[in-house]
Amino acid sequence: MTEKMSIPEEALDRLALTRAEYALVVERLGRVPNDVELGMVGSLWSEHCSYKHSRPLLRMFPSQGERVMVKPGEENAGVVDIGDGLAVVMKIESHNHPSAIEPHQGAATGVGGIVRDIFTMGARPIALLNSLRFGPLDQPRNRYLFGGVVGGISDYGNCLGIPDVGGEVVFSPSYSGNPLANAMCVGLVDTKRLIRARAEGPGNLLVMVGSDTGRDGIHGASGLASRTFEEERELRPTVQVGNPFLEKVLIEACLELVDSGLLVGLADLGAAGLTSAVVESAGRAGSGVEIDVSRVLRREEGMTPYEVMLSESQERMLLIIAPENWDNVKVITNRWDLWADVIGQVTDDDRVRIREGNVQVADLPVGVLTDPPLYTLEGKKPPELDRLQAVDLEALPLPSEGPSEVLLRLLASPNIASKLWVYRQYDHQVMTNTVVPPGSDAAVVRIKGTRKALALTTDGNGRLCYLDPYTGGAIAVAEAARNVVCVGAKPIALTDCLNFGNPEKPEVYYQMEECIKGMAQACRTLGVPVISGNVSLYNETRGEAIYPTPVVGMLGLLEDVDKGCQIGFRENGDVVLLLGGDAGDPGLAGSEYLEVIHHLVAGKPSLDLDLEGRVQGLCLSLINDGLVESAHDCSLGGLGVALALCCIKGQVGFRGRLDAALRWDESLFGEGQSRIVVSAHPDNLKRIIEKAQASGVPLLELGIVEGRNLNIEGLIDIPLAGIASRWENGLEEALK
Amino acid sequence: MRFGIVVFPGTWSDGDCYHAVTEVMGQEASYVWHKDTDLSSYDCLLLPGGFSYGDYLRCGAIARFSPVMGAIEGFVKRGGLVIGICNGFQILCEAGLLPGVLMRNDSLQFRCSWVNVRVENRSTPFTRACRPGQVIRIPIAHGEGRYYASEDTINELEEEGRIVLRYCTEDSQVTPESNPNGSLNGIAGIVNREGNVLGMMPHPERCCEDLLGGADGRYIFQSILA
Repeated sequence: MTEKMSIPEEALDRLALTRAEYALVVERLGRVPNDVELGMVGSLWSEHCSYKHSRPLLRMFPSQGERVMVKPGEENAGVVDIGDGLAVVMKIESHNHPSAIEPHQGAATGVGGIVRDIFTMGARPIALLNSLRFGPLDQPRNRYLFGGVVGGISDYGNCLGIPDVGGEVVFSPSYSGNPLANAMCVGLVDTKRLIRARAEGPGNLLVMVGSDTGRDGIHGASGLASRTFEEERELRPTVQVGNPFLEKVLIEACLELVDSGLLVGLADLGAAGLTSAVVESAGRAGSGVEIDVSRVLRREEGMTPYEVMLSESQERMLLIIAPENWDNVKVITNRWDLWADVIGQVTDDDRVRIREGNVQVADLPVGVLTDPPLYTLEGKKPPELDRLQAVDLEALPLPSEGPSEVLLRLLASPNIASKLWVYRQYDHQVMTNTVVPPGSDAAVVRIKGTRKALALTTDGNGRLCYLDPYTGGAIAVAEAARNVVCVGAKPIALTDCLNFGNPEKPEVYYQMEECIKGMAQACRTLGVPVISGNVSLYNETRGEAIYPTPVVGMLGLLEDVDKGCQIGFRENGDVVLLLGGDAGDPGLAGSEYLEVIHHLVAGKPSLDLDLEGRVQGLCLSLINDGLVESAHDCSLGGLGVALALCCIKGQVGFRGRLDAALRWDESLFGEGQSRIVVSAHPDNLKRIIEKAQASGVPLLELGIVEGRNLNIEGLIDIPLAGIASRWENGLEEALK
Repeated sequence: MRFGIVVFPGTWSDGDCYHAVTEVMGQEASYVWHKDTDLSSYDCLLLPGGFSYGDYLRCGAIARFSPVMGAIEGFVKRGGLVIGICNGFQILCEAGLLPGVLMRNDSLQFRCSWVNVRVENRSTPFTRACRPGQVIRIPIAHGEGRYYASEDTINELEEEGRIVLRYCTEDSQVTPESNPNGSLNGIAGIVNREGNVLGMMPHPERCCEDLLGGADGRYIFQSILA
């Protein structure tokens, strides 16, 4: 016992291990681990690698489905079958902590990491998305972080030649000092080419390929991503520096190796570097591994086995190959001018043995490393929640400005304004598949050689999750699904990135638990399985947690790319309808209007999941039947903003009226869920009404497409050019 | 007509060019690895977009030393057609097959967007299918597309009609606002003196199908085939 306690506090702190966890390691090993062993355990038991606080909760997510080929946690990313012998591989992942410290490289290497997760499975990465959160742009630090993160994504992603087709950018004081940078990658693979990160077959060789190994990123998983931090300067060396050119070459070389049938398995070196790559590959295969760290190409002299095992240098891969294929593998890596060497082999016991030359430096059972302690904590409802939800929004005075002025202010608000400033820095067209570019409800990417296309979006609303974690979580899923429905796609799978504060605080744990419950319920009701995900915890600054921010990356499938739909109104005389229209109170709870105009974050958001499912089903069938000309999700900024965007995108006006029984701010800017604005040729109106009635979806006739003004009777009458310029320039104005 | 699509390790528009040339234009094409030197079977070489060697130095500064570049020089001398798109344009300039250099955009940011370019000279093999003064709507995607050359060179290019494409407004006006990167004289594409080498920053291969938002890029490929 004294031996156990003799480990100094700093050593444990460096690894973010608790004393109890250390005692557990000693107990399971039956001895005290040496430095290298403790480093390996510490990284793999870190929150970032082990999901020790979230795994019990993640089991609530439904992950079954006839299309699902690989479920969460099984491999580096989830996989769904889309027919025609093809599968989609996808995942979203956070790089929040590195981005807070060094925004450019933090975000860049976030892209690098998620792309590796996709091609590790043999898939060609075909699209990137980013979900970003920053503090308000009136603070210089936030402007620096925003510019840095966008620049980093731009530098890395553009060099790879993978189109960055969408995502979201949200600003709120909640993320000041702790921005969120979540990157999603989507890949396409022939189902027969899908490869696993498994170290199968004793005697098979472990080959490392790609970058040399340096001292960067040591303790990235444990020290950086698995705790709160304050002193940024001291941590900067833990952020890795990316080399996108090398990553591009690795993509091509690895896919060529997969195509050549030379690989048994393929793994990437991400968080916890070589340690996680070899241990997880052995764990999945039920095998053991033996490696010699002296065979690893080093970036600098004098690196210890500990440093080599824990380095998070980027752009490195691990191949598992049969010995007789080594020469052929070498031909391909040489052709791409890539370093590659045999560093070890697969063994038939379940141990991880690390040598440096002839000296053994670590010898651990795989099971100890891959079986971290899991924690189910007791959540506690945050004390302010009841008060915030009970705020009487009906008692709020109407703003002194009129509806037109409020609309213009909302359109220019950085959360609603066009994100052109961001996505024009991303190459969103390379690969010549982008049918619907960024700036729509969802991006659409065609699949060459088929009639099919994928619809992709990310969604999450931290403000709503803060006000009601359960409902906010459900809304994240519902809205992401609604977004892909609006472009004419059927939602078929999702990936999630769960961004929260310190889970050891009962209030934060409560938020996480409730968000996940709400998301899981929405997934079940809407029939969308969760196929992969990532958890980012300890997002706090000076003890203050961020808004609970689950982000959903949704995949939709269009069977026929020509049967898609877009936001913009099209023809004068088309009727404009609201599906889900009189679902009752659109409500101001948690709305952008409330925060921008009244500086208030309050109210209780609501969602009727059954109605949501019916609205989405109806909208999809209207689009598939060619009965509507446009469709747009009604969300941030409410119906007023939704109508304005339909006009701006279509470069045509609207004339109509809204429910006069409500306060004008509520009818224009309330953000009630389950609503979609569609336009249709008048000849189709009768059939649309019939279909709506048959599917039990309320429908409201709002007006018609007409002229060059946005004209809402008695409330708003503004020329199109006026609203367009406010929306187009809002973000750039805020950056000045 | 047989196209060779030159692939450096960091090239990424190779697949896009291949698709445009074969699937859309119905021509034959194959990839030419940057270490290859036999170009005898090609009528036209395409140097596509990308980041040839990462381009951490000046774009194309390393690519010009690839073995294929010597062979391309010979190919050009024999009168073969060469078109460099985006990174390909940068490489052709670095290799001295076209004059001038492409510098960092004046915005200091990467730009991916649709622009308009005016066809200034339709007597080249790359523009002969265009109408006089035609405005082509075409995507750009680059961080370093600001064409720069000495005053003498610019004057020479102007006088010899070697500026083939110029950034302009929808209604064909060349204005500072319609110039996306600060290129001198709004230059988007130039040819060599012999007229068989074209360098252009915009991506014609990205706009050959209406599904992708426009098909004006076909004019460039149709010209080559004409």
